[in-house]
Amino acid sequence: MSAILEVRSLVREYPMGSERVAALRGVSFDVDAGDYAAIVGPSGCGKSTLLNLLGVIDRPTSGTVSIAGERVDQLPDARATEFRLRRIGFVFQRFYLMQALTASENVELPLSEAGMKGRERKARARELLDYVGLGKREGHRPSQLSGGEQQRVAIARALANAPKIVLADEPTGELDARTGAEMIALFARLNADGTTIVVVTHDEDLAGAARRVIHMRDGEIVGDERAR
Amino acid sequence: MIVTLAAASLLRHRARTALAILGVAVSAAMLLDMVMLSSGMRVSFGSLLQKQGFQLRLAPKGTLPFDTEATISDGDSLVAGLRARPEIRAVSPVLGGQLHIVSPKGIIASSALGVVPAVEGDYEMVAGHQPISPEEMVANDALLAATGLRLGDTLRAGAGYDTQLRALTGERRLRIVGRVRFVYMAREQKGAALPIESFRAMQGSDANGRISLAMVRLAPGTDIEAERAAIERLFKRVNVISIAEALKQVDERRSYFTQLAVILGAVSLVVGFLLVTTLVTVSVNERIGEIAVMRAIGVRRWRIVAQIVLEAAAMMLVASPLGLVLGLVTARYLNSILANFPGMPERIDFFLFQPSAAWTALGLLALAGVLAGIYPSWRSASLPIAMTLRREAVG
Repeated sequence: MSAILEVRSLVREYPMGSERVAALRGVSFDVDAGDYAAIVGPSGCGKSTLLNLLGVIDRPTSGTVSIAGERVDQLPDARATEFRLRRIGFVFQRFYLMQALTASENVELPLSEAGMKGRERKARARELLDYVGLGKREGHRPSQLSGGEQQRVAIARALANAPKIVLADEPTGELDARTGAEMIALFARLNADGTTIVVVTHDEDLAGAARRVIHMRDGEIVGDERAR
Repeated sequence: MIVTLAAASLLRHRARTALAILGVAVSAAMLLDMVMLSSGMRVSFGSLLQKQGFQLRLAPKGTLPFDTEATISDGDSLVAGLRARPEIRAVSPVLGGQLHIVSPKGIIASSALGVVPAVEGDYEMVAGHQPISPEEMVANDALLAATGLRLGDTLRAGAGYDTQLRALTGERRLRIVGRVRFVYMAREQKGAALPIESFRAMQGSDANGRISLAMVRLAPGTDIEAERAAIERLFKRVNVISIAEALKQVDERRSYFTQLAVILGAVSLVVGFLLVTTLVTVSVNERIGEIAVMRAIGVRRWRIVAQIVLEAAAMMLVASPLGLVLGLVTARYLNSILANFPGMPERIDFFLFQPSAAWTALGLLALAGVLAGIYPSWRSASLPIAMTLRREAVG
């Protein structure tokens, strides 16, 4: 299978006073199309920094990131925004839904940004909410939904423009065990349906559900194992 | 979607939004008043001059109409010369002076005009009729109130009053046949008008043929400026003043008001701008995480700017009609105060509502609102996404 994600010698340093602190120290790996990779490691090991670089919301100090054959590590802002909109789906630990919008409108937001018109957009949002099991809650606002339901809406939003890859940062971090298990099952179904997923997590159950687990420590990859 | 988000953001803190709108409305009201003040007096004076239908006014050389007590000695020949010109439709000679009236309340001094009633342009009839016969006169409310006389009363009046002898000079019996409102007199100023020949007779032989002012109505289509220059060439002892020239003189005299209006208008505009900038900045800072997420999922920077500018513009839009009403109410009140300014013609409005003034004020305010929204929104939409999300997650 061909690599949809190629990471080469990725370094990310942050200025701290007069010093520079390295959050990533030359990370390289590939993720194949249709794969499901979990990046695990202790807090501060650089997992989220890596995910930000993969998601094109940050730029590396050096090294390259390619997604679907396109170099994305030095894209200008407008191009990076367009790339995120159409090629990447984001799922955050805190859901980050727009509180003023309904579940359906939250899903419609990236569709609207991509230029999809009203009726088609609503139909697509309904289809995605049905997919994540929230078809009957489309008119509810985030404050009227449970944590698990909000995360499902966030997943539907991430899938809106049929991205090449979905990136999730601790997607079960704010959920109880039962809801977390439901989320793990949803991610597994997503992957089974062909979506490439890279997830950063402390959750062993979520990592255990992935086909591949990348271990990080002190800004480096220290292990890369495939599920048998 | 942008509209929904903008509306939701404004409704999230209703009390704060309402107070900000009220503040902007006050600022809009003041701005409107100042725009009205900067041009109202000029427009009001101009329409007053035009309303009487006389395009030119002739005053003694070096003076403005009734600026001094100077008169044109050969006024009758001037009027005859003017009437002979084919470009001129009508000439209204006016002789200014004083009338001392014997009344139940004592001897009352009043401003008086000698006019040719058929062509006069100095007052509007409120009741009664024009003073056609030599023993008739008209008076304004201030004079009637001061003397206690009424329409139909006959009185004794003189062109002068000798305080030593306590006697009227140039005494004549006159009957009040009309109640009038003088166009150029102050509200509190007592005024009367009578036929010019009667007034001259009361003033004595020195007044024969004299006039203080001649107002000229031109034939339609006449080039006003060319006719003004022609009359000035023909009659070298007079100043010929067109409405445009009179307005220029007004402009010079009202520069104080204009400067005041510009300064206060600018202050109110800045206050409105700062108010909206502050509110938008506070609102944006509260939503910094939400904005970072929108950017992360691919919402373009300009769409975020547009949403926040829309919020600022919406506040302006709601505040504008409120400000308009508030501005008109305060303008009316301020106008009533300034209308009592000593010596100011009653019919002059300082704050004259003109749609163009309202549009100017509201347009300036809308522009300020948009500009007020641009900086904080662009700044927030330009923050590094990853770092902002990290801060939000930690916070």
